[in-house]
Amino acid sequence: MTVVERREIALVDLLDRLLAGGVVITGDVTLRIADVDLVRIDLNALISSVNENVPSPWPEAE
Amino acid sequence: MTALRYVYAVCRPLTAPLQAELRGVAGAPARQLEHHGLIAVVSQVPDSDFSEEALRTRLEDMDWLTATARAHQNVIDALTGVTTPLPLRMATVFRDDSAVRVMMEKREDAFRHALDRLDGRVEWGVKIFMENTDGEGGGDGGEDTGARTGSAAPKAMSGRDYLRQRRMRTTAREEQWRQVEEFARRLHESLSAQAEDSRLHAPQNPQLSGAAGRNVLNAAYLVPRARSEEFVTLVDRTKDDTPGIRVELTGPWAAYSFTGLAEESAGEPT
Repeated sequence: MTVVERREIALVDLLDRLLAGGVVITGDVTLRIADVDLVRIDLNALISSVNENVPSPWPEAE
Repeated sequence: MTALRYVYAVCRPLTAPLQAELRGVAGAPARQLEHHGLIAVVSQVPDSDFSEEALRTRLEDMDWLTATARAHQNVIDALTGVTTPLPLRMATVFRDDSAVRVMMEKREDAFRHALDRLDGRVEWGVKIFMENTDGEGGGDGGEDTGARTGSAAPKAMSGRDYLRQRRMRTTAREEQWRQVEEFARRLHESLSAQAEDSRLHAPQNPQLSGAAGRNVLNAAYLVPRARSEEFVTLVDRTKDDTPGIRVELTGPWAAYSFTGLAEESAGEPT
């Protein structure tokens, strides 16, 4: 088993926190996007990007 | 084009200066907005990106999502160097400064409460992966699994042999799965004992993360800075235990997963 530490932050790890963490405040503009929607949207974006066979948008671990 | 206010975090007034050139989303300078002894860290963003409709489209755009998430993290990261910020959910946007102040006033007590609770704490992420051993020819399936699917002379195998081997492979996989689960349960237990709080995120889809193996545990732990070294050592010590299991550590993060303030409860001191 190996423990990998402190490489470049992977986008998925970041989105786990930015989209599922943080204080939820509905801004007064018009942002009423529910958590579920945000997560769904981010997954859609990620999946379509993966499926298009474009290079990975985040750096691979090296 | 109208400029909106993107709010990254709420903090106590900074005792050390923020880095002068700190840039936020879309490269706009981040600045502090003080209200009643708390500060919000904000920058201007165009409503062409951040109105509700625009945002829905933008969030589907991988490049935009990546750039925005990294810019958000960049500001939080800089704040983490000088204080313990209370990070807000990505893309929290207000019409103008005064709307930000109204929001801060309404949630003042809850913010102070959360800032006290998180003061001097950081978040560590720990993920456990079950490494895929299927490609290794099922070495864990017992020594007597002679012929394998896809290898030469499949004809030589009787139906009964095939079923027996298949059952053994399934059993081996179940056994491996059981071991990994047990490992994850124990590690989570011992890490939780060292942490003030913990939270389980959904396991990451390997297709999205690009990581090898199956993500079994995706957890976050709230740990005082002063005890972080100890915590990291504890994770590190699991190194020698079990083959086929990979542990990944990320952090230290701002306490994103422990802000504990949902929209419903905000503003109500508990």
